[in-house]
Amino acid sequence: MAKLAPLGAVPLGDCAVYIEFSKTLDLEVNSAVQRLAAMLYGRALPWVRDVVPSLGGIAIHFDPDHADVHGDAMSASLALVSECLKQGLPKTDEATRTVEVPVCYEAEFAPDLTEVAAAAKVTPDEAVALHAASEFRVLMIGFAPGHAYMGGLHPKLAVPRRATPRPIVPAGSVAIANDQTVVYPYAISGGWNIIGRTPLTVFDAERESPSLFAAGDRVRFKPISRGEFLKHAR
Amino acid sequence: MTICVLRPGLLMTVQDLGRHGHQHVGLCPGGAMDPISLMLANALVGNDPGAAALEITVLGPDLEFQGPTLVALVGAEFEADIPLNRPVMVERNSHISISRAARGARGYLACAGGIAVPEVLGSRSTYLPGGFGGLEGRVLKRGDLLPLAENAEQLSRERYDSLKNKRGASVRWSVPPFSVPDREPIVLHAMDGEHFGDFDASMQRVFYDTVWRVAPDSNRMGYRLAGPVLERAKKDEILSGPTALGTVQVPANGVPIALMADHQTTGGYPRIAEIASADVPRLAQIAPGGTVHFARCGLDMAAELRNDVRNRLQTALRGIAWEYGK
Repeated sequence: MAKLAPLGAVPLGDCAVYIEFSKTLDLEVNSAVQRLAAMLYGRALPWVRDVVPSLGGIAIHFDPDHADVHGDAMSASLALVSECLKQGLPKTDEATRTVEVPVCYEAEFAPDLTEVAAAAKVTPDEAVALHAASEFRVLMIGFAPGHAYMGGLHPKLAVPRRATPRPIVPAGSVAIANDQTVVYPYAISGGWNIIGRTPLTVFDAERESPSLFAAGDRVRFKPISRGEFLKHAR
Repeated sequence: MTICVLRPGLLMTVQDLGRHGHQHVGLCPGGAMDPISLMLANALVGNDPGAAALEITVLGPDLEFQGPTLVALVGAEFEADIPLNRPVMVERNSHISISRAARGARGYLACAGGIAVPEVLGSRSTYLPGGFGGLEGRVLKRGDLLPLAENAEQLSRERYDSLKNKRGASVRWSVPPFSVPDREPIVLHAMDGEHFGDFDASMQRVFYDTVWRVAPDSNRMGYRLAGPVLERAKKDEILSGPTALGTVQVPANGVPIALMADHQTTGGYPRIAEIASADVPRLAQIAPGGTVHFARCGLDMAAELRNDVRNRLQTALRGIAWEYGK
């Protein structure tokens, strides 16, 4: 790919900066951004509070008055990024994990599956097979803790979001819209099409690693029966 | 030792200075909406600035203290049966009653030794959307027992004894809760956001000329600002990007939202402005119905404002330390 270079740096107020690499979703840039974020985070600099990769860039949240930035945290952030880019990003394979997510696609947990299948002109079973056969990649985490936007949905299943969002979507719901899939970490409102549910806890603050997903992870969904779901959920 | 909640008030939670370093997994720092008042309250009872305290919103609680406790209530001007903005010694089995905030929206009740709920991801702050932190991750309700530090009674007595200039169960002085505004509309300094240029000149003027009213559906996640509808000239979809505390987003309905302590870490709405960090605690002190307007500023001005807040805070903290004989 072409050499990764920032399009620009936009202040996100006086305590953060957004370093943008692409204004559209470019999977190569997205992957590079995630590896860059991991590299920045790994440096554990005392003036850096948070490093947040998003679809096309990175936010660096900082202490603008830390002695190490000499009153100019914006320049310090940019310098840090170009230094990391110069040093070279870690290779994709070194940085990637695969997360397997068991999903029960049975009707009880999949209120929108029939509609999605009809729109895709396949049977519900075929729709499930298409979802479970794809390898997804976490493009970004946001909206809620652990809420991962995953790319890689089969083009046949690319249906728009529902016209009216549901006020409450149960935790663990696996949903699709456009070319992405998500797993709802909590019972929250949402407008994506629900096609199944996982018994896994997506975000658990008490767990050593609270978030099931990290940006850049490969994700596979494995169909399970209702019985297995209930056993797992206990 | 515990504090018993006899009446919870409108929205009372345990808060400290929040949990940092988790935004990459979608978890915002959270913590006190007005960290300045929290730090002052803690200093007044001899705590570290970031100890956990009770965040009280608009209508305060009735509380019963099991043992003698040194407390301080700082922030909004609550009608209360303890004096505000100073250390107060509350006796064993006594009640305090905090009612309406006459000015400001949030108060912080700190107790010597802090509220001893368990730490979750490095903080005792309640994160309501995730249901963790604080007491069982939720808003406090009637009958709740809030744990205090094991040595709270001893700390309270020692600290109270070391105070100079006492009068009755309190002192003859108080600190100014300087994040609570004197009058409205308050001025919020703001920098142009990434998508400011997506709004045409007349909409840009409307943003900076309007006196916005904080809408009733505002909360710890965000403040909705009622006023003229902001129309974005550019109609293309925006790639979801990062947000920060104080980011002002404009969703499709044209009603701007200022992101507060429990904000989302990313968002797909145009970001019209970014509120200077020094002004965010002042916004947190505006109750629904209150008014704000924006004054355009740059990073230099934002740095000056931070410096000013830091100086005022340090002056107050030095004064409090002197009263404790330090």
